[in-house]
Amino acid sequence: MYILIYAESQNGKVAKSAKELASYAKAYADKTGQEVFAVGAGLEDAGELFKYGVNKVLTVENETLKQFNAFAHAQMVADAAKKNDANLVLISSSNDAVYMGPVLADLLDAGYVSQVISLPEESDTFIVKRKVFSNKGIAYTEVLTDNKLLRIAKNSFEVIEKPVEGTLEKFEPEVDLSVYDEYKVVKVDKATGKISLSDADIVVSAGRGLKGPENWGMIEELADVLGAATACSKPVADLGWRPHQEHVGQTGKQIAPNLYIAVGISGAIQHLAGVNGSKNMVVINNDPEAPFFKAADYGVVGDAFEVVPKLIEKIKAFKKQ
Amino acid sequence: MKILFLMSSVPDTTSKINFTDNDTKFDESGIQFVINPHDEFGLTKAVQIKEKNGAEITVLNVGTAKTEPVIRKVLAIGADKAVRIDAEPLDSYFTAVQIADYIKKHNDFDLIIAGKESLDYNGAMVHGLVAGMTGLKFVNAVMGLELKDDKTVEVAREIDGGKEYIETTLPLIIGGQKGLVKEEELRIPNMRGIMMARKKPLEVLPPVDAPVRTKIDKYEKPAPKGAIKLVDKDNLDELIDLLHNEAKVI
Ligand SMILES: Cc1cc2nc3c(=O)[nH]c(=O)nc-3n(C[C@H](O)[C@H](O)[C@H](O)COP(=O)(O)OP(=O)(O)OC[C@H]3O[C@@H](n4cnc5c(N)ncnc54)[C@H](O)[C@@H]3O)c2cc1C
Ligand SMILES: Cc1cc2nc3c(=O)[nH]c(=O)nc-3n(C[C@H](O)[C@H](O)[C@H](O)COP(=O)(O)OP(=O)(O)OC[C@H]3O[C@@H](n4cnc5c(N)ncnc54)[C@H](O)[C@@H]3O)c2cc1C
Repeated sequence: MYILIYAESQNGKVAKSAKELASYAKAYADKTGQEVFAVGAGLEDAGELFKYGVNKVLTVENETLKQFNAFAHAQMVADAAKKNDANLVLISSSNDAVYMGPVLADLLDAGYVSQVISLPEESDTFIVKRKVFSNKGIAYTEVLTDNKLLRIAKNSFEVIEKPVEGTLEKFEPEVDLSVYDEYKVVKVDKATGKISLSDADIVVSAGRGLKGPENWGMIEELADVLGAATACSKPVADLGWRPHQEHVGQTGKQIAPNLYIAVGISGAIQHLAGVNGSKNMVVINNDPEAPFFKAADYGVVGDAFEVVPKLIEKIKAFKKQ
Repeated sequence: MKILFLMSSVPDTTSKINFTDNDTKFDESGIQFVINPHDEFGLTKAVQIKEKNGAEITVLNVGTAKTEPVIRKVLAIGADKAVRIDAEPLDSYFTAVQIADYIKKHNDFDLIIAGKESLDYNGAMVHGLVAGMTGLKFVNAVMGLELKDDKTVEVAREIDGGKEYIETTLPLIIGGQKGLVKEEELRIPNMRGIMMARKKPLEVLPPVDAPVRTKIDKYEKPAPKGAIKLVDKDNLDELIDLLHNEAKVI
């Protein structure tokens, strides 16, 4: 039996999410004596995956398939699973994978679990933990079908190097390409050069405490010195102070970086629901009673307009060392 | 034009989440249920299409009688009729089978509007499973939709780091979210709507037999955070030291 991962690419290279999936798959494969396969379209450096324990990468070179299409990619992955005897398939929580997931589950007749945060438990039944109620609960979920599809939550598994001697195999999946005819991409708006919020290891976020859009310079600078992405609370996006893509929380983006720095954000329950998966949270707020102080790991009580510029200088000095 | 609106009824976003029966059940006591926030954008979009182009909106929910107050709210906002498939939604697959069965039996919906994710069990799959089961076209995480003519639609979907605009045709299933309509356009029920909703039809149908594919054995709450470490605003070196040596993030 094999474990199959859907390896996504970023600018033609193996995406970090694919390495996380490989690390997850390898950890489970070692426990169960299985091997790990990967399938992906247009991966220029597919062999990278061997480093993370993938035994075989099925590379798809079909030009059409290099462009993401949920139905085409679901067929590609399902075909790879069927032809290679894989009954456990793993996907990431990228926007594309979330879109494709249920279509793939349907093709595989698989029980599908979202937001998985643990390896399967060691027991006769197949049980994984998943996040529910917007990070406010964890559900031990049993999968009852032979084929199983897991969507791994963002940043819940570290990339671990476990090199193996792997092989690359050209794979020509049986895919009905007519699905592209009914789904024509006419335009793509993508911020280039900036670190995307969903992939960022560090996120600097600010709220209404900043008083107005003209004060975001220091937030961008703090993000810059840390190599971080920027985010904001919902009212800030609603007021048009910041672009909507930056809105994090229960009704915005759910993020789980290693470090989340919240400046002038009160810490409302809906805000926390989107960010409390972060490994570490720092709050900077002039009101010691702000609810965020109950949720964060580190806090500074003080005026953002005083603390943030100082912090920028300190970090610059630290980075120079 | 016929629109089917798929509505998930979820705990109000301010709810404290607790579990009961030895942590095997979600504790509903004291919980206020609301229209899933992602679904709200799609509902307003449906009402706007109805006002502009003319449409009949059916709201469909798979749930027990407990969801009826929330269904009535959808009717008050502007849906014309409601269907409730009378079953506890046991898992996402079971729920999708019910919805797909209803769609196949009627087979005349031009646009099926769901939310991209239900903010209770966060599956993000019911509408996609329905697409698989019915063979209908489907776009997820939709942040904009424009009807070009009777058949053609342009939809914007969220991709990592941006937006992708897609031209496709009806019939179509979408997983909607913020952006589909502006925040300030979101409709809430008014008195007239609430009065009218009382007279609108709400049909209750029995579920079809379907197995479940997943089962929740038990719940737990995330481990509580340790106490916060406060750093004096005049001693930010300490913060840098903690982030570097303790948290190891910079
Ligand atoms: C259905 C629903 C969904 C929602 N979804 C989301 C969501 O996804 N994301 C989200 O963020 N919100 C969401 N909200 C809104 C949420 O309830 C809060 O209203 C919002 O998060 C508050 O934003 P804020 O912290 O920026 O502003 P405020 O609550 O106004 O807080 C501003 C903070 O800044 C501090 N401050 C002021 N001046 C300074 C200074 N000079 N220096 C330092 N600190 C200062 C204040 O002490 C205060 O704590 C939702 C609400 C509802 C009803
Ligand atoms: C009372 C109750 C008991 C439950 N018990 C269990 C249980 O024991 N085990 C278990 O695994 N799960 C249980 N669930 C979870 C249930 O299976 C899911 O809430 C439901 O199937 C939606 O799954 P999801 O989170 O994948 O929704 P998503 O896939 O995130 O929803 C996406 C969209 O699909 C539509 N949609 C979702 N649900 C419905 C619905 N019911 N009716 C109409 N449209 C809908 C909405 O438009 C929604 O925005 C229970 C739920 C409820 C309300």
